[in-house]
Amino acid sequence: MDLIKKIPAYIERIPNGGILMTGLDWVLNNAKASSMWYMLFGLACCAIELMATGASRYDFDRLGMIFRATPRQTDLMIVAGTLTLKMAPRVKLLYEQMPDPKYVIAMGGCTMHGGPFYHDSYSVLKGVDKIIPVDIHVAGCPPRPEALLNGCIALQDLIKGEKVGRQRDRPGLRHIDPSTNLPLLVRPDTGLIRPNQILMPDQLRVLS
Amino acid sequence: MTPGEFAAHLGEQYSEHKFSLDELNEECVLLPLEIVPQCFEFLRDDDATQMDYFDFSTCVDRPPDRLDLVYSMYSTVHKHRAQFKVILDRHNAAVPSVSHLWENANWNEREIYDLYGVFFPGHKDLRRLMMPDDWEGHPLRKDYAHPNLVVRPD
Ligand code: SF4
Repeated sequence: MDLIKKIPAYIERIPNGGILMTGLDWVLNNAKASSMWYMLFGLACCAIELMATGASRYDFDRLGMIFRATPRQTDLMIVAGTLTLKMAPRVKLLYEQMPDPKYVIAMGGCTMHGGPFYHDSYSVLKGVDKIIPVDIHVAGCPPRPEALLNGCIALQDLIKGEKVGRQRDRPGLRHIDPSTNLPLLVRPDTGLIRPNQILMPDQLRVLS
Repeated sequence: MTPGEFAAHLGEQYSEHKFSLDELNEECVLLPLEIVPQCFEFLRDDDATQMDYFDFSTCVDRPPDRLDLVYSMYSTVHKHRAQFKVILDRHNAAVPSVSHLWENANWNEREIYDLYGVFFPGHKDLRRLMMPDDWEGHPLRKDYAHPNLVVRPD
């Protein structure tokens, strides 16, 4: 009820029309951001940290995040763990089964660039953004629950900036550096990803 | 039974073949490739050995042209354990399946086929176990190369 009481005040503050659309944005974005139901699935050790974040000490519920056991009822996919080449088509299938609007958080070094399996591994997909668009990357091996929560809040901020009827610029699939054929998630300024650092899509560039 | 006693016992049964201990690992009895399934059937059913529990089988790649298949088994009756080794040709590795003797050899053999490329004639369902069905090559061979594999710089 509080929310509905606040809306007229919000509308009044906006001069010269656009009132309905802006108000609708606000309502819809808040609804979306406050109920990001995530898909219950984990791939490796990061999933343990995901479970810890969902459990009572860190508590996803206070962000309105509840796990659902089917992709058809979820808004958010947290890819938590090492994605092997064998699993990759399944993850893509799950992603495609999610209804729009849908978001992806890549959790942990493995999902960003292969992590500890970057070298000397033939079976790990080096970066989930090679197959599905990723909104937020949470670095770490594994990221602490605080980092994951921070990533979820960053995603909420992203959602709150959306406009109704206008497609948000979805992050594309990962760029591959053509000279080395390696995907790069290295920050251009420092060249390093710090543990527990959250990278927004526009920070991800090909290092050249 | 000690490994030496296993070798002697098998020698009595199959006197035309030679059973020795592996020089790299004195715990292992070397089996001749031609009579692998018969040997294992004998070891399972003979009263003195009764190897009724198949632990595991695995493989060791020894380039350039050797591939060792290792079997480990246990007797829940006599409480003894034994390892057996079969030496294969790396370029044409095939050994008769023992999955009809112990059910759990089934997946062990599928795994070895998947990762080392050893064929098991007589296996009912020899598909890959770990890697995707359309995978090419056998990853645990030492000369395996894959485009996805980035070698760690020294
Ligand atoms: S990033 Fe680290 S903790 Fe997470 S799945 Fe990979 S190896 Fe495990």
